[in-house]
Amino acid sequence: MSSAPAHVLIVGGGGTGGALAHDLALRGLAVTLVERGEITSGTTGRHHGLLHSGARYAVRDPASAVECIQENRILRRICPGSFEENDGLFVALTEEDMEYLEPFLEACAACGIPTQPLTPAEALALEPNLNPDLKAAVRVPDATMDAMRMPLRFFATAKANGARILPYVEVVDLLVRDRVVSGARVRDHVTGREGEIRADVVVNAAGPWSGKIARMAGVDLPIRPSPGVLVAVRGRLCNMVLSRLHRPGDGDLIVPQRGLSVLGTSSWTVHDPDDLGVPEDHVRTMCEEGARLVPAVARAERRAAWSAARPLVGSRGEAETGRELSRTFKTFDHRESDGVEGFVTITGGKGTTLRAMAEACADVVCAKLGIDAECRTRETVLLPHTAYYTDGR
Amino acid sequence: MRIETDQRSSAGAEGPTRTRRFRVFRYKRGDRGPRYETFDVPVEARTTVLDAMRWIQLHVDPSLAIRHSCSHASCGTCGVRVDGREVLMCVTPVEDLGREITVEPVANLPVLTDLVVDMRAFYARYPDEHPLVRESELLPGAKTPEGIATYVRYEDCIECGLCLSACPIAATDDRYVGPAALAAAERIVEERRGADLAALLAWADEPDGVWRCHAIFECTRACPSDVRPAERIMTLRGMLARGHAPMEEAR
Repeated sequence: MSSAPAHVLIVGGGGTGGALAHDLALRGLAVTLVERGEITSGTTGRHHGLLHSGARYAVRDPASAVECIQENRILRRICPGSFEENDGLFVALTEEDMEYLEPFLEACAACGIPTQPLTPAEALALEPNLNPDLKAAVRVPDATMDAMRMPLRFFATAKANGARILPYVEVVDLLVRDRVVSGARVRDHVTGREGEIRADVVVNAAGPWSGKIARMAGVDLPIRPSPGVLVAVRGRLCNMVLSRLHRPGDGDLIVPQRGLSVLGTSSWTVHDPDDLGVPEDHVRTMCEEGARLVPAVARAERRAAWSAARPLVGSRGEAETGRELSRTFKTFDHRESDGVEGFVTITGGKGTTLRAMAEACADVVCAKLGIDAECRTRETVLLPHTAYYTDGR
Repeated sequence: MRIETDQRSSAGAEGPTRTRRFRVFRYKRGDRGPRYETFDVPVEARTTVLDAMRWIQLHVDPSLAIRHSCSHASCGTCGVRVDGREVLMCVTPVEDLGREITVEPVANLPVLTDLVVDMRAFYARYPDEHPLVRESELLPGAKTPEGIATYVRYEDCIECGLCLSACPIAATDDRYVGPAALAAAERIVEERRGADLAALLAWADEPDGVWRCHAIFECTRACPSDVRPAERIMTLRGMLARGHAPMEEAR
């Protein structure tokens, strides 16, 4: 037996892969991460930039809500200076919204999410652009994150701790023999050459593309790529993150960010996460629904409209819109689920829970390798995002 | 609520599909030199240059390497030169361009591959760690909730490198730290956040600092995020010329 540390190959350079590289590097493993494009170019960077308090999920998906509030607190601690710490308001506009108020407050309390109910006058003093007909508002600890630079701190720190981060390196196939995965065949888009990367465990962290990677090992993964449309308009129309106080639906979120306001989002399901399109009817819905929360949205200039695909865990053919699927995450050890050794998938979840996803997955990886090492990511303050480009300077 | 939608619509919105020709800068490490490759890409009313490059990756050549992340001019990764002009691909509609469109990496940074530049050479120019968030001056009529004395928001600069690419001085002298780094320094002078002002001004005063600028203002023209680097360089010069830092007195 060799004394070299076990080598883990992570496929996918989104927030999950970055956080996993960081976690495993801290636990003393040798880590290589490959990403076919730029880091965070898949779902992570296209995220609306909401650091969830969990309030959005408290009523219908309490497991996700609890994960969110715990991770919200941890991320503020380990990523200081990476958030617009602006909090969020859930805003009731209709009588139907008001019926949601009590269950919402109770569910938030049950999940440990602090709330502060506000009168319409109090809410309007904080957010003068709100629809003046609002009936109530609730303050929660949401915040705005930079959807690229916050995750980049995990990559920067992983790199400083010895992880090899290889963007522009695409997995073209997994190395599989007798139902054992031992690495990947990759194409390096910097050199144009192909090669092999051997590993003791391969972790599939490819988000909505994880079904495609799993098929390379003959595994059928219950992942539904579920895109949503987002629209950025010019002007910071609110300071806090604004959400509609009702069951999560289309266009019920406004995330202020720099001098922009991001309107989101919709939800449908696709088979190919590369071919999403930006349906103009969804864009219209984002603008119309956003204007119900903040009327000035109707007059704001559109800066961009785009789609991003969530990797939701479910079974094929089950969900139609993606809203029914839990936003929690799942680690699959494919030895147990499919009889394939050396292969693990981490998927589902969301930007806010990237660290927890990594911890859960790293626990599985270490158990597989017989490594007894504790997770240290809850306390480790991350390097600034710039360290990713300065080789730890 | 559920929106009925046609999932097959490709890169954009409604309207007839037309084709545009893209001349794209190509280079892989080990090549004798760069070359330009031509692609005909179907476009719609709202197709952006980023949509077009991703269409090429998906349908013609997966080896085309590009940088992109947020898709809404907030991350700064997708800066390139389109027909010689510095732009972010994600907010540049093809509709506004000609029939044949040339796409090249930003200038004044080393090319890693295709449209991807090595951003280490960009960040190496900065004085030190620069803060990501600043005091928010936006939406001034709004009260802040209890527990939040002053809102913070992200700095305007998205570190895209377009100002450096557009700078004619940086084109002739790669030691010049350039507009992005100097603008970041000026922001720290403006809002210190604990920084050592004297050291920062001394850094800006170096031979490769503010005095290398020829006040051509191409950086301000190129900036997609309204940072106005040239004006900030002029502010630093004014302070250095007067030999003191007014913000320090104001605080």
